[in-house]
Amino acid sequence: MTETSWLDTLIQVAIILAQSLGLLVGLLIVVAYVLLADRKIWAAVQLRRGPNVVGPFGLFQSFADLIKFVLKEPVIPDGSNKGVFLLAPFITCLLALSAWAVVPLADGWVVADINVGVLYIFAISSLSIYGIIMGGWASNSKYPFLSALRAAAQMVSYEVSIGFVIVTVLMCAGSLNLSAIVEAQNGPYGMFQWYWLPLFPMFVIFFISALAETNRPPFDLGEAESELVAGFMVEYGSTPYMMFMLGEYVAIMTMCALTAILFMGGWLPPFPIAPFTWVPGIIWFLIKVLLVFFMFAMVKAMVPRYRYDQLMRLGWKVFLPISLFMVVLVASVLHFSGMAPGAGS
Amino acid sequence: MTLAALFFYLFAGVAVASAFMVIASRNPVHSVLFLILTFVNASGLFILIGAEFLAMILIVVYVGAVAVLFLFVVMMLDVDFVELRQGFLQYLPVGVLVGLVFLAELVLVLGSWTFGEGVTGAVLTTTSDVSNTVQIGRVLYTEYVMFFQMAGLVLLVAMIGAIVLTLRHRENVKRQSIPAQNARNKAAAIDIVKVPSGKGL
Repeated sequence: MTETSWLDTLIQVAIILAQSLGLLVGLLIVVAYVLLADRKIWAAVQLRRGPNVVGPFGLFQSFADLIKFVLKEPVIPDGSNKGVFLLAPFITCLLALSAWAVVPLADGWVVADINVGVLYIFAISSLSIYGIIMGGWASNSKYPFLSALRAAAQMVSYEVSIGFVIVTVLMCAGSLNLSAIVEAQNGPYGMFQWYWLPLFPMFVIFFISALAETNRPPFDLGEAESELVAGFMVEYGSTPYMMFMLGEYVAIMTMCALTAILFMGGWLPPFPIAPFTWVPGIIWFLIKVLLVFFMFAMVKAMVPRYRYDQLMRLGWKVFLPISLFMVVLVASVLHFSGMAPGAGS
Repeated sequence: MTLAALFFYLFAGVAVASAFMVIASRNPVHSVLFLILTFVNASGLFILIGAEFLAMILIVVYVGAVAVLFLFVVMMLDVDFVELRQGFLQYLPVGVLVGLVFLAELVLVLGSWTFGEGVTGAVLTTTSDVSNTVQIGRVLYTEYVMFFQMAGLVLLVAMIGAIVLTLRHRENVKRQSIPAQNARNKAAAIDIVKVPSGKGL
């Protein structure tokens, strides 16, 4: 081991750190405004104004909330399991943020361009159950515990159909790498060649499952305030609560990004002709992510909450058979039409 | 290279330490959480040897599904843990004996273990340009399709067995009939009555 190679390693590590830091800062700023947008959209549907006091149009509301959360005193319940109680929000936040390491923001703009990008995000999102379970259990209180059980069962259920939806996309793209999946959707027909059109049923299933996976309304059974007060977050306050909140919104953004990448062509312009191709890929990606988020927000504002047994029925008796059948169908079509990627090799 | 070595010792050290904590910690929920930490570190080791597909599958299957169920069950147990730990020293010799026998068997098996006839040529190095997901796919559905199918069959039988064992049709339980619920319409569900004022119904 020579001196220079040590330096090379150090520089490499520094570059990765700088990239990650840049991504995180950008992501957190986007999340701050997405949170505001969520409240504004919700308010607009209900003919209210929403947050409009801090800054012009309430633009600094999220930052005011941040300062408020950080400055408040964290209360740790006496009967709680303190280590696990404090670990839970950290895990939620950390896992949600780490998923963004493999998300390609534009052509080549990705911190870790790994072969199994989709599986990585899938694994991370399956781990995010732990934040909820740990928080619910460690609070040593009845509402959080019930909520943790509900949310965990719900997330495990919907993960199954998300997995099958991802499998169909993989079969069409022939790769687990997110950048390669986006490239596979590139073609002369622009947005009509993205997977939302040929795999439309899977797109719908993925969108609804993503709502359930992130515990968003109408599937927010884990924090159904009419039944469980605030679910697994009942005993949390100040900074730990903020971390739960942050983790939740980052996870929502991850799901929006995954929808944009798997079904809406990631950074690709809607039509591969002149005025569209001038816009940089990151802008297209951001527009798509925000479009999906707008749909998330509208669903939250418009659809009433599901009952728990309806939720489970939808997951296991409707989505699972449909997505399983679609896997078989897509595989057959790809195989017999010879369109399967890499069929020749 | 040094970075990889550093990460190896990090993952391996944390894996061994948390595996020890699984049996050493007093609270069973903590045990399960340490077990999960062990799984995660094991998948880190998989990534270091270039088997990223296996690493992710380990996380998705074991941590994301199996350990969640463990945690579920353990969280809902209501046992006196202090009492449970009473006989720990009493059983220690037996445990050590079982552990030693198992270790000896492992050494015997691994010491004489070689690749089979057809396999030696099929082993691909991590440096090859084909990603290991593709490599696994190529052999799993061709050479080892029989084993793959049999494993699937075993899982299917286990699943059916679990359902048969736990499914009970209790009498006098009101069940939801989704088609009946969906078939209700406004005419069948509500009855609009004009109530004359001062008379009631």
